[in-house]
Amino acid sequence: MNFNLIYESFFQILKGLGTSLEIIFLSLMLGLILSIFIVIMRLSKNMALNTFSRSFVFVIRGTPLLVQIYFIYYGLAQFPAVRDSIVWIVLKEPFWCGVLALTINTAAYTSEIIRSGLNSIIKGQIESATAFGMTKFMAFKRILLPQAIRQSIPAYSNEIILMIKASSLVSIITIMEMTGIARKIISKTFAPIEVFIAAGIIYLILNYLVTEIFKKIEKRYSIV
Amino acid sequence: MELLSFGDTGWGDEMLRACFMTLAVSLCAMAFGLVLAIPFVLMKLSQSWILKTFANFFTTIVRGIPELLIIYLFFFGSSAAIMYVASIFGYDGYIEINAFLVGAFCVGIICAAYSTEVLRGAVKAIPKGQIEASHAFGIRGSRMLFGVMIPQTLRIALPGIGNIWQLVLKDTALISVTGLVEIMRQAHVASGSTRNPFLFLVTAAILYLILTTISNKFFQKAETKYSKGFV
Amino acid sequence: MKKIYVIIASLFFVPLSLFAKWDGGEVRIGTEGAYPPWNGTNAAGELEGAEIDMATELCYRMGVKCSFVTQDWDGIIPALLNGKYDVIIAGMSITEERMEKVDFSIGYMTDGACLVVSKDSALAAYQSDLESINLNNSDAATSKVVGSVVALLKGKKVGVQGGTIHQNFIEQYASSAQLSTYSTQDDLNLDLGAGRIEVGLADCGAFDDYMSKKEGNNLTSISPSMGGGPFGDGVGGAFRKEDGDLREMFNTAIKAALADGTISTIAKKWFGRDISM
Repeated sequence: MNFNLIYESFFQILKGLGTSLEIIFLSLMLGLILSIFIVIMRLSKNMALNTFSRSFVFVIRGTPLLVQIYFIYYGLAQFPAVRDSIVWIVLKEPFWCGVLALTINTAAYTSEIIRSGLNSIIKGQIESATAFGMTKFMAFKRILLPQAIRQSIPAYSNEIILMIKASSLVSIITIMEMTGIARKIISKTFAPIEVFIAAGIIYLILNYLVTEIFKKIEKRYSIV
Repeated sequence: MELLSFGDTGWGDEMLRACFMTLAVSLCAMAFGLVLAIPFVLMKLSQSWILKTFANFFTTIVRGIPELLIIYLFFFGSSAAIMYVASIFGYDGYIEINAFLVGAFCVGIICAAYSTEVLRGAVKAIPKGQIEASHAFGIRGSRMLFGVMIPQTLRIALPGIGNIWQLVLKDTALISVTGLVEIMRQAHVASGSTRNPFLFLVTAAILYLILTTISNKFFQKAETKYSKGFV
Repeated sequence: MKKIYVIIASLFFVPLSLFAKWDGGEVRIGTEGAYPPWNGTNAAGELEGAEIDMATELCYRMGVKCSFVTQDWDGIIPALLNGKYDVIIAGMSITEERMEKVDFSIGYMTDGACLVVSKDSALAAYQSDLESINLNNSDAATSKVVGSVVALLKGKKVGVQGGTIHQNFIEQYASSAQLSTYSTQDDLNLDLGAGRIEVGLADCGAFDDYMSKKEGNNLTSISPSMGGGPFGDGVGGAFRKEDGDLREMFNTAIKAALADGTISTIAKKWFGRDISM
């Protein structure tokens, strides 16, 4: 066990932390926004929107993230029509392809989390709120939303940890984030165990921080 | 479209064969993972502080580190890493290196970590009164385990196990980096060879969707069957 | 409790393989299968290429039974060391870095590394003073060409396959370029065609093969082609250090095949030119 190598790899891999965090934050933020749209579509009475969002969630949750990443990066780039269009500004960069794939992926899963959070709220509350003179909007903001958030927090914190792990997959499309750097070190030194330990420690620390932050958030939102 | 045809010039038969490979690896990984989870659940529920910590160590690490890194660990360090893990369990021989086994092993380890949590939650959810009642009736040990606890554990754990199966199916796509010819790898090779990634990635997606949809239906049926008579 | 451990331990009980050393019987040849015309895979799923033909011929001459095992480039050396196969014949150049882990046979073919750009790119017009250079030379003309190549690549997006001599060259000489590493040559070609990278660096034969196809005909290579230095000295078979006997067998066969022109013929068939050593 080459401890020196673990030490050196640790700092080399840490250089990719910035890129990893950028990808994670961007994907989570954009994914959250997208997921709200998906939920709205899902709950709407419009057949087309409803079906679209349901199919969207079905396809994204039923296929591996790796397939989605490859599809966006290589699959779309195949068509000259795509390369000449305006979307190419985004799709040209591996970074944005990775963010796009992760955004879409987390949006599908998050929309389900939000949907079940909303579903778990007793329906009668909306009626009683309007009976008390609140507008639907006020009822949503003051009564439903806090409860939905409280319900969803544990599941969403899990989703964040899944995103931290998922960000490692974008190393496959040439992005040099932490896992990409780890792989590069492994293929040069043939020492997978040491590099694994170094990279693993960083990811575990990240997960630990997220878990601790969310414990505090859960406390703040709890009714006890 | 003729690229997908069967026979020598088409990739259709390769993709189908890869589909069966995905299924095979998933089944092996799932079986291995579930069996491996059992001792870990027992460790977590035990009174021993050492066993509890070891089991927690295992689940925290495997669930917290990206699957890709776990696969790199065993792929690049094949014999070293697998033999090291095997030696923990007391096996000191040489182990044949085989992409299928390495892949099933990796995904199996990941499956074991998640399954440990699901099974532990399920066991804990069984009302304590059941154990006391069994004792009162004189049912103990393995009879209690197989007759009372396991059927109930299964019912509660089934949705979670269903989720883990979906996870396993999709994680097998990551084994493509080790060269095992499952759906993802075959699609990647075909894309590169024919310069037509779109067609093959869509095909791969459809194959995965078929697998996950059939699995979903299967688990839904199993859940209704196991919940029979339970209010 | 004990029973469970036995069950789990038995899961690990798969057929024992001998300690990673050639057992004197069948020779398993590890190759990538994704680097035509050295070694590629056709639509029927079979391996074909210059090295496939050459290896089959060598095995016939050595009187041993051979089988091919495909392995992704990234793990090709670890898999050899782990015992997945006995020799690597996959367009692997002989470099000092690799010699720390494996032993090489004598070189059987050698090809330069080429820079490839899109025909409409500004770089397509670049002409260097020399057609090909060897980085082992330290004379003025070579240094000047190296300098201008480095200047050309500065800040440009360059693509290479990961874990190759081409990656080593960019990292050692042209670190001012924006490097993207791909796990397969095919992925590199796809991105080169899509315009995500401006320059691709890989073996000349591999690029020639791609450019001769419809999808690659908008690319052109620019001079110089390069060899030596980080590019190593020729392509050889890689063996585990303890398999000296197997390596000697191969050396004898390779020498004979080079002497009587068999390798030349195979090279000409697949590369269109004689690249035997």
